[in-house]
Parts: sequence; structure tokens; C-alpha cells
Amino acid sequence: MTVVADRPERIEEAAVATPEFEKAAERAASRRGFLLSLPAYAYLVLFFAVPLGIVMIYSFATRNRFGGTDLSGWNLDAYRKLGEPIVRDILFRSLWLAVLTTLICLVVAYPFAYFIATRTPLVRNLMLVFVMIPFWTNFLVRNYAWRVLLGNDGLFTNISEALGLGERELLFTTSAVVIGLVYGFLPFMVLPLYASIERIDLSLVEASRDLYASGFQTFRRVLLPLSMPGVIAGSILVFVPSLGAYVTPEILGGAKTTLLGSYIVTQFLTARNWPVGASLSFVLMTVMLVATLVYFRTGGRNL
Amino acid sequence: MSSTVQPRGTTKIALTAHSWLVYLFFFAPIFVLIVFSFSDDRNVGRWGGFTLEWYQDFVEHSQLQGAVWVSVRVALLSTVISVVLGTLAALALERFKFKGRKVFDALLYLPIIIPDVTMAVMMLLFFAEFFEILDSVFGWDVQKGLGSIAISHIAFNISFVSVVVRARLAGMSEVLEEAALDLYASRWKTFRYVTFPQIVPGVAGGALLALTLSLDDVVITQFAAGPGATTLPVFVFGLIRRGVTPLINATSVLMLAASVFLVALSLAFQQFSGRGGRPSLRAARQAMSAKPNTNTQPKEGINQ
Repeated sequence: MTVVADRPERIEEAAVATPEFEKAAERAASRRGFLLSLPAYAYLVLFFAVPLGIVMIYSFATRNRFGGTDLSGWNLDAYRKLGEPIVRDILFRSLWLAVLTTLICLVVAYPFAYFIATRTPLVRNLMLVFVMIPFWTNFLVRNYAWRVLLGNDGLFTNISEALGLGERELLFTTSAVVIGLVYGFLPFMVLPLYASIERIDLSLVEASRDLYASGFQTFRRVLLPLSMPGVIAGSILVFVPSLGAYVTPEILGGAKTTLLGSYIVTQFLTARNWPVGASLSFVLMTVMLVATLVYFRTGGRNL
Repeated sequence: MSSTVQPRGTTKIALTAHSWLVYLFFFAPIFVLIVFSFSDDRNVGRWGGFTLEWYQDFVEHSQLQGAVWVSVRVALLSTVISVVLGTLAALALERFKFKGRKVFDALLYLPIIIPDVTMAVMMLLFFAEFFEILDSVFGWDVQKGLGSIAISHIAFNISFVSVVVRARLAGMSEVLEEAALDLYASRWKTFRYVTFPQIVPGVAGGALLALTLSLDDVVITQFAAGPGATTLPVFVFGLIRRGVTPLINATSVLMLAASVFLVALSLAFQQFSGRGGRPSLRAARQAMSAKPNTNTQPKEGINQ
């Protein structure tokens, strides 16, 4: 009898003990996770978060007469300077070039990505590898290649002369910068577009054609809406680095095509107006954060 | 896939031609660069017969050699450290719930999405302030150089490594790890013999990505470098701004060869690890998108 009487007690004991045990295990896991993340956490706080904070503080500071920066007395002067015609022009030009680059990439990449997505798996992989190669190739070198091609003794000029088109100087113009940006970021558009088109059940395209939709209607009403996540993701991936581009305009652009990235660098290296440079970098980062949030919202990460 | 979906007739011809043009656009500049790096003519756009003169110039150029050496050391150092820190961070985020996890997660993504120029400015101001503090508090006179470049590269590489490793961990079930722990393996042994062998491809992929990014970076390095030491891309960038020379052509082709070698290596690794499917695309997505692909299903229905 005693044995039977014992049992409920034990079960009760166990029932009481379990949550505590679980809590302890949870605490142990939490500690472990924290310890594992600690080295990277500490590193990023010291060498990333702190520098970011310093940039923010500088953006509220004032430049003194000697080209130094006066950190006492915060104000919004540097941000107010963004409304001045010179800076505003640069902002608008950068924005316009980034939009133009994105649109060109979209128009070029869409049919290309669609073509890849409709190939057999073997051909598809091969085609993708050949998109990846330029993507992984040194960015500086890829821009330099265009400088060689477009230069006044370059192949492009020679061909244009031979064809009787006259001497066409493209280097150091806005067109050269756009070519360089499209060249640099086209893979960023192709890959997400391909990923989203490849997911589409293409029998829907077939159904649309069966129901007498024209090729354009099928594209407009079926293909495009279904591949929208890819369009948005690709556009953001191209737009964002184009807006902050520094290397491309420096190599292919001229004095008249100063863009945001170059202007920020100038503020630090030559003009020595650190607060203005800091505030502009902050604006650039904000644009980037907003774009990234949009990217996540539209499910770009699932591509 | 049904054959009626395949583009036909003029559409197919147009799409094929378009694709060839895109590839021409991708590869023609690179091809021209390679060809003219062997041209025996100071004028970069004219063919003057075959020569290896410019490559010899590269080998004999002491500043370029110095820059190569700095690049290699920075790349190796930053890769090793960021692989260790990034892998630990990935394990923590994928396998544990802990206090401050969300903040850490966000902090870890910021270096990927932040514009190069902004990060460059951050490094410039940080080192200016940091060295001033070191000087006034400890009396240490520290200059920017190899150390500051490596510090800045690690700061962005940790994030890229952790994204790649996390993607690998997310696609891996925890069952084997739990089984090992149930069978009285210690935490360390479980990691050493169960978890680690499975994430090796991810770690290797992350390492190659870190190596590539470190060898490629211009903007951030330019602001983190001092007069003492510059990396190859920053040095070449300076040369390019002064004009186009056959020497830069030769140097560029060698840099090109280095990146192609690294891509081939990473592709080989992924093939070897038996991921199958679309290895290159996966790496691209991981490199480009900020969040690891937690969706392990290969294909989603469109009706979802």
C-alpha cells in the first residue's frame, strides 16, 4: 500500500522540478549564446558602433577657421548646408544617375534573366557562372577596363573613327559614369531577377497564351506581377550602391560629374569640412537603411 | 517545363542575341584589357606586338611589390580573425536564444548594408579620435597602417562570414547535435566532431568571400591607411587617377587572375561539398542580400 501511496507524491515532485530544470537549462543556453557572440559583439561595438556614433557627433559640429572641427556646441548647420545650390545639385545629380542606372539595368537584365530561366538546368548553370565571374572580379579593375576602352586612344574611339562617326570622346562624361555603373552593378540585377522568374510556374504563361493574350499582355499581366519581388530586390541592390558610388565616377567621370560619394570624400581630404562630410554620409546611410527595410518588407531576402 | 513556354521564332532569336550582347558587354572590356597588357606599345589602345615587358615592370616595381605584400598580409589577417568571430556569432545566433540577441543581429547586418563611403568616413574619424586618445592618455604615438587597415576590414568581414555560415547552419538540422549531446559527448566534442564538419563548406565559403572583399576594397582602405602602408588596390587607384599606363594594365590583369582563381576555388568547394543545385547563385545571394536564406524549401508555390 505504501508504494501506491508514494506514487502521486513523486509525480508531483517531478512536475514541480521540471520547470525549474528547464529554466536553468534556458539560462545556461542563454549564457552560452551570449559568450559565443561576445567576441564579435565587442568588436563591432568598439570598431563599428562607436565610429558610427563619432560620425553622428561630427555631423552636428562646426568647422572652425583652421579647418579643424569644433565639437562643442551642437547645431544643425552642416545639415542646413545640404540645401545650398552646390550640394543640392550634387544630390540631385547622384539621385538621377542612380535612377538611370537602375532603369537601364532593369531593361537589360529582365529579358536576359528570363532567357536564362527558360534554359535547361545545365545551360542555366553555365550561364549563371558566366554572370558570376564579372561579379566576383575586382571592381577597380572592371572600372579601369572601361577607362582603357573609352580613352582617347582607346579601342572605342578608334572604332568610332574607323566607322566615320568622328572622334567621340566618351571618357570623363556622365555617359561614361553610367556605363561604368551599369557594368559594375548589372549582376546585382540579373541574379535576383533570375531567382524570382525561375520560381514562377511557367504553365501560367502558357495558360495566358492559350487564352489568346498577346506576348506583351502576358508579360504585363502575368510575368511582371509575379516577378515583382525580383524587380524590387534587384532595383534596390543596384540603386543603393550607385547612389554612393565613389570609385566609378572618380575613374570614368570628370570635374563636371561630381557625385555624392566623391563630394563626401573631398570634404574630408581636401576641403576639410568634416561636419558637412559627416552629415552627408549620414544622409546616405539613412537612404540605404530605408531601402533595406523596403527590401525586407517585399520579401527580397527570400530570393 | 512545357515546351510551349520556351520562347519561339523571332522572340527566341531576339532573346538569344540579347544574351550574347550582354555577355559581350560583360567580357569585352576584360578581354581588351588582357590583350593590351601584352602589347609592346606605350599607347594603351594600339597593338605593338607581343611583350612581357609590363609584367617585368610590375615585378621590379618596389612600391607595387610593397603594396602587394601589405594586401596579402591584411587579407590573411582579417580573414582569419573574421572567420573565427563570424563563425562564433553565427553559431550564437542560429543555435541559442540570449539577451541582446536582436540588437546583436541588427548590429551584425549594418556593415553589409552601410555605404562604403560612410564606413570609410567612420574609420577616418574613429582612428583620428582613437589615436589622439592613445597619445594623450598613454603617450603612445600610433600611426595608421597595416593594423588600422586590418581592423577596418575585419569590421565588415565578420558580417559577411556570419551571413554565409548562418545560411549553412539554418539549412542543417539540430538532430545530430542533440543526439551527440544525448550520448554524453561534451559541448566541445559535439562541436568538434558533429557541428564543425557539417559547416566547413560554409566556413570556407565565408573565408573566400572575406579574402575577396579584403583584396578588393578601395574606399574604406583609403581612409584607414596611413602614409606607412597602402594596399594594392589603393595604390593602383592612385596610379589610375594620374593616367592609363601599360604597367597598370599588367597589374590589373594579375589582380583579375587572382579574383578568378578565388572564384574557381569557391565554386570547386561548393561542388565538392555536394550542395548541387545552383551553387554560384547561392553564394551571390548570400553575398548580396543582408539576411541568410532561412527558407530551406527549394521551391515555393506561387499561391502562397
